[in-house]
Parts: sequence; C-alpha cells; structure tokens
Amino acid sequence: MSRFEAVPCAACLRRTLLLAMVAGGLEVAHKRRRPIRDVLALEDDTLIDVVGGGRDLRERLAASSPFDLLAAAADARLAVLCRHMPDYPLQLLDDRSAPAALFVRAGGEDARAQLVRLVGGAEDEAPPPAVAIVGTRRASAEGLEVARALGRGLAAAGVTVVSGMALGIDSAAHAGAVAVGGPTVAVLAGGADVPYPVRKRELYDAILAAGGAVVSEMPPGFRAFKWNFPARNRIIAALAPVTIVVEAAERSGSLITAELALDLGREVAAVPGPVLSWRSRGTNALLRDGASLIRDTRDALDLAIGVDGTAAALARAAGEAIPPPMTLEPELLALLAAVEDGRDSLASLTPDPSGAATVRAGLTELELLGLIRRAPGGRLQRTTRAIAC
Amino acid sequence: MLAHVTTFAIQGVESRRVTVEVDIRPGLPAFTIVGLGDRAVREARERVRSAVLNSGFEFPARRITVNLAPAALRKEGPGFDLAIACGVLAAGGQLPTEVLERVAVFGELALGGELRPCRGVLAVAEGAASAGLEGLVLPAVHGREAALVDGLGVFGASGLGEVAAILRGESDGQPPPRDDGPAARVAGRVLDLADVRGHGSPLRALTIAAAGGHNLLLAGPPGTGKTMLAQRLPSILPPLSRAEAIEVTRIQGVAGLRPGAGLVDERPFRAPHHTISASGLVGGGGLPTPGEATLAHHGVLFLDELAEFTRPALEALRQPLEDGRVAIVRGQRRSVFPTRFMLVASTNPCPCGYAGSPRCRCGEADVARYRRRLSGPLLDRMDLLVDVLRPTPADFAAGPLCSSEHERARVVAARERQAARLAGTGAACNAHLDGALVRRKVALEPEGAAVLRRAYDRGTLSPRGHDRVLRVAQTIADLEDAPIVGAEHLLEALGFRQDVAEGAEEDAA
Repeated sequence: MSRFEAVPCAACLRRTLLLAMVAGGLEVAHKRRRPIRDVLALEDDTLIDVVGGGRDLRERLAASSPFDLLAAAADARLAVLCRHMPDYPLQLLDDRSAPAALFVRAGGEDARAQLVRLVGGAEDEAPPPAVAIVGTRRASAEGLEVARALGRGLAAAGVTVVSGMALGIDSAAHAGAVAVGGPTVAVLAGGADVPYPVRKRELYDAILAAGGAVVSEMPPGFRAFKWNFPARNRIIAALAPVTIVVEAAERSGSLITAELALDLGREVAAVPGPVLSWRSRGTNALLRDGASLIRDTRDALDLAIGVDGTAAALARAAGEAIPPPMTLEPELLALLAAVEDGRDSLASLTPDPSGAATVRAGLTELELLGLIRRAPGGRLQRTTRAIAC
Repeated sequence: MLAHVTTFAIQGVESRRVTVEVDIRPGLPAFTIVGLGDRAVREARERVRSAVLNSGFEFPARRITVNLAPAALRKEGPGFDLAIACGVLAAGGQLPTEVLERVAVFGELALGGELRPCRGVLAVAEGAASAGLEGLVLPAVHGREAALVDGLGVFGASGLGEVAAILRGESDGQPPPRDDGPAARVAGRVLDLADVRGHGSPLRALTIAAAGGHNLLLAGPPGTGKTMLAQRLPSILPPLSRAEAIEVTRIQGVAGLRPGAGLVDERPFRAPHHTISASGLVGGGGLPTPGEATLAHHGVLFLDELAEFTRPALEALRQPLEDGRVAIVRGQRRSVFPTRFMLVASTNPCPCGYAGSPRCRCGEADVARYRRRLSGPLLDRMDLLVDVLRPTPADFAAGPLCSSEHERARVVAARERQAARLAGTGAACNAHLDGALVRRKVALEPEGAAVLRRAYDRGTLSPRGHDRVLRVAQTIADLEDAPIVGAEHLLEALGFRQDVAEGAEEDAA
C-alpha cells in the first residue's frame, strides 16, 4: 500500500475551507503584526481560538463539505492536491506552515503531472532546478530588463522560474520565461483561477500556454486579503532552492520573501543596484549581509545548477528551438513546421501575392511570439534558446 | 516710337509676366537690351536682327532700346526673342501696336526667322490666361500643350512672318494638332506586371505601396529583379487626374522634356543614377530648375542602389519627402517646386549582396556597418520593406501571378475608399497621414491594438515605426474593403517593417 493518498484528503480540504472562513480574522492578526507564517503553522483548533472564532465557527466548519470544494475546483478547472498526495512538492514540507492543499491550473492535459515536472513531487529526492525571482512592484526600467533577462536565461536553460505574478519584477521574470517557452510557476495570493492583478491576464494565459502552472493555497474564486501576500511569499520561498531579489526597498515584501527563504535554509541572492536608489536599498543590504551577488544569467545558473551544470545547460540550449506555446493555432504550427523544414523564405512558403499576405501575417505572429527571427537577406530562422541565455 | 509687348519669364514651375518695352529713337544705329537679362537674352540681339531681316522685314537703322520690365526680375533663356522682335517691328511701324496689348508672344527665334521650341509653354499659357490676355502666339509645335488652358486663344506659328500675319489679323495661325487620345499613344511597349515570374511577396508589396502611396524599399541580391519590379509600379498606380496631369505637364514643359506633346497621361517614373548631386535631385542652379524629385511629382522616384547615393543627396530628400514640396533659395530668389512622389529604393542586403546564402562573404560587422549607412532619416520614411529573392525555376515555368490591369483596379478602389475617408483632411492617401491624423482616422480593432502593443513591448517597433505600421495596415484594410483595421492587417503590415531583426536581439542579456 502506498504511503500517499490518491485523492485530496478531507482534513486538508477542510483546512483550506477554514482558512477561507477565518480570512477576516487573519487580516486582523496580520494588522497587529503577528507573523503570518507562525499563525498559519497553528493547528486548526488553535487557529480558531487565535482568531476568536468560537463554537459558531467550529459548527460551520463541521457542516462544510470538502466535496463541495472539490466540485468547485473542478468547475474552475483547477486540479487539487493535498500534502498527502504524491504530486505535492516535497520541498514545501520544509516549512512547518506549508499549505495543506494546493490548487493548480496548468497548460496541457494533466495539471498535476505538469506541476511535478516543474517543481517535483513528494517522491522526488532531487526536484527539478528552480529559482524564485522576486522584487518590487514599482520597478525601474533597468530592473524590469534584468528580471526579464534572468527569467529568460534561466528558463532557457531549463530552470523553473517561480514568482508571484505581481506587477513589476515578478511579472517581468515570468514574461522572460514565457518568451522562451520555458518552465515557470506563478504562485497567487488569491484563487488560482483568478488572474491577479487583472492587468496581467494576458501573462496569466501566456504562462499556461507556455506549459507553466499557476498555483494557490486558497480555494477557487477567493479574493486575496492583505495577509495572503506574505503567505503567498512563503510558498514561493519554499518552492525554489534559490531566491533572487532583483529590486527591493527596505522593509518590503520582497525582503520578507528573502527572510522566509533564509529561515528555510534556501540560498538567497540579490542583484546589486545604485546605492542612492531606494529600489536597491533592500538588495544591497542583502548583499552586505552575505547574499550571493547576481550580475547575469550565468551567475544565477551557477547558483541554481552548479558551475558544471551551467556549461552543460548553455550547450544544450544552443541546439534547442524555443517550443511553441500550447495554444498555437494549427495553421501557425504548420507554418512553423515548414520553416523548421528548411523552407526559410517567404517565397518558398507561398508562390502567389494573396498567399503572401496571409503567410506574412502568420510569420509576423510567429516572430512576435519569438519563435522565428528574420535574418539579413530575407531568410527566416527558428530561434533557439541559446539566444536567450 | 514706343511699343509694349507682353511675354512671360519662367520662375520655378510658374511664370511671371514680363513687359518688353521697345523704344526707337533717331541717332546712331544701336541695339541695347536692359532689364537684368542673362547671356542668352543679350545674345537675342543677334538672333532678332537676323530673323527680322531674313523674314523680309526691315531692321530699323536707328537707336533701339529694349527694356525687360520688371527690371528687378532676373530673366534667362531665349524665350524673349519673339517678344523683342515683335516689339522692334511694332515700334518701327511694321506691326500694329494695339493688338500687342491683348496678346502675349513667346518663343525662341532661329536666324532664318523660324520659331524654335522652348521650355515652359504650359506655365506661360496659364500665366497669359490668368493675366486676362486674349491669346498667346507661340511656336506651332507647342500648340497642343498651350491649348490645355481654357479660355485662351492659341496661335501657333512656324516663323516670324507668320507671327506678323497673325498679329495683323490676316491669319489665325496653325490650329493646335489634334489630340489623338491615349489609345494612339500607347503604341510603345508598356511594362506590365504580367511580365513578372515568381516574386509573389514583392508583388503584394507593390500593390500595397501603390494603394496607399507608400514609400517602398526593395532589398535583395543583385539581378533578382528589383529594378524590373520598380519600373512596373506606375502601371498599377491610379491614372492621373486632370489637375494632376496639367501639373505634371507643366513641370515637364519647364524641364524641356517631351516638347510638342500634349497632356501627359502617364505617371512619371524617374530613376536617376546614384552619382547625382543634391541639387540634381531636388532642384537648384543659379536659376533654380526642377530636380528629379520634382520631375517625379505625382509619380515614382526610384533610387537604385540606395547605399551608393551620396549622403548630401539623400539628406536633401528629407524636406521634399516630408512636405511634398521643396523651396530652393538662391541669392534673393526663392523657388518652390512640388515634390509629391512615391519613393521606391532598392538596396543589397549586405555589401556583397548575397546575405543569407552561402555565397555571402560579409561578416556580421560588415552587414551592420552597411545597414548603418542606409539608416537615418531616409530609411525612417520607408513604409514598406520587402525582400526580393531569386525566383526558382518553377516560378519561371509557371504563368504570371497577376496583371497590371487587375491590380490597378484594386488600387483605384482602395484609393477611392481613402479619398472618402480622408475628405477634408488635406491628405489624399494613407501615406500622407501624419501622426495626429493616424490617431484620428485609423480605426483599430481591439485585437489589432493588442498585436501592436505586443510588437511595441517586444521592442521590435519604434514610436515612429508605430505610425508607419498603422498607415500600412490601413492600406491593407482598404485593399480588402475592410471597414476597420484588424489583427491580420496589422500583422501583415508589421511583416513589412524595415527595422529587420535589429530589435530582436536588443534586449538579450
């Protein structure tokens, strides 16, 4: 008999329901500066006492149905896994406040299998390499560029980029990974079926199309409270063995993530910045305190997969074409296949002018997706991941 | 005795009224011309004297003073000969003077008294009509050109004797030759798109460029057909409107092209060699004459091997491209020439011309340097870039992909849609839309806007390129009679953008 459950267990699902029920109470605790991770580490009973729920809450919890939650998740097209299932990322359990259940949406057929590919499962002794990239929401143009480049380079080398899809650095890191069709996981503070922030809906879709995953510990449709964000950060910190802070002010959420990562014994690294900029106060302070210094993708790769691994990964990326997104239309996929086939000019793809119109539009679409590029002389090239490193 | 004769001087592509005053006084025989004439005007004395004598008139052996008024206007060329001769005859009592108040004369004289063709007849005829004169006496060969002006009596003459007969009222001169209509003129070989084999993508670009009046850059290895394609562009451009045709005729008349021809009915196609100077391209000279840019007005200016043109020449094209006209200032004179042309240029993709094929021997740096030479303000004005590759043997075996007649019909329909939409804005076609008009007049589907934003975010599009792509996308939509610019139109337009592959690596860390 396996030591794992095949379906989410009722206790874990009930824990999720409890979190949603006491969300308001947790907000009060958060306002009173109770470290949210300590609160979330509490057993159900103690948690109810702490938020002052009493009998009434206990009764409501007892009356709630874990099956309804499963049904709601299915309706929202979310896979559910609990800490007793084999798909649950082992490294999360380093944290005593690890989420009881996770709700996952991923591109492709099997969201749970996809998540295992991205961050490993409970049976993985050595999970796939992953790096968390976090930073301020009010990032500078340079910061965004660095985050995008790191996301792109790490993902191109096959390293999963974990972040929170927040505005600024987080989104840039995801966008970089998506650009090379690489692995990326977004951990949301609210329900995994709700793209948040709303402005990043396109990125949300792109992450899924690139074969990435969106994860949350809160039930479907849940609107995030303030405490959910530091709570989300603890999942980010636990998921990846390395956390890179790109730009962060003093006393910011990104620094909280870095602290959480340190507590879990994770590697923390930071990108240095100008000493006078408020955006680099936090990162420079981390560096002073001994965080690893990140200048470029190579530094990040050295940290994530070791110096030997970096060389191998870069060599591998040189030959690997950037995979098309899963949602690519069949016509474009056929066009891409034709280009891969060596029909590398517009003329060889279509003979007549009206065909040239649609083919040109299609090629531009592929170009905007970063799948091909135009070389001098009107030739088309399939882009490889090496360009991104 | 004093006589006044009205004639006209050419300035830019317009004419200015000039009154020739001739005074004959008793005294030692002399013949003086004053009034800021150039060498050709001063030499008119000899031509006029011989012509008068050889036409059977008497040349007064007295003191003759000729003044060309206004005296401050510089006068050049031999076009004043006839006016001076008529003035001499009238002042000497050999011609009636009063008719010369109502009729202008214009033409160069040969020593034998015959009239020679000269430049700018249409401009002169327009000047005569607007000055309220009844008629114009001119070399018979130009009759058809002058007859284009309504409400002006045109009297063609072949020599001074005939001019005298006309002025005396004894003759009506030679009627302007009958216009044989376009059908008779299309005897020469017409370049048609049906001659082209293969080149599907460049042909599409030609149609789009013609439909929107867009500037086009053809890039490709030597000998693939860039020039051949460009030469066929006029065949799919909409026919000249009457106003445009008159303007083109006037310009060609001033430049001395096609003497004796009537209304121009083909859009001009000018292909100057790359050694051309800046003033050759945009006009210039002591007496400013139109350059290639003006000769291409309402037509096509084709610059083959764009990278070989000198930098000053290309720089000089900026104002004409931007404003549709060029102002040439020389000394105290300022001439404005119209320059609304479509710019078509061709270039090799790299110094050796074979970029993209194994034959190419250029390094990455060479290609970059070559592209930099091209870049700058001129490349900024190129709305469409298309790669012209070698046609395959299969292309040659296949039939033509399209015909000029068919494409021209589509172009004309697209232009009509533009004219309806842009009525009252001063722009005639999409290429003339400036930034503000693009935002006001180009209606974008939400999906199209999303495509544009993505391209911009990827860094493949500059702010200027943004407007350019919108203009082209609007033309593509017009070609398809789409009421609104959609994603597919924008995607195709983006495929023609000229900043190839430069933005692609820019953000790679």
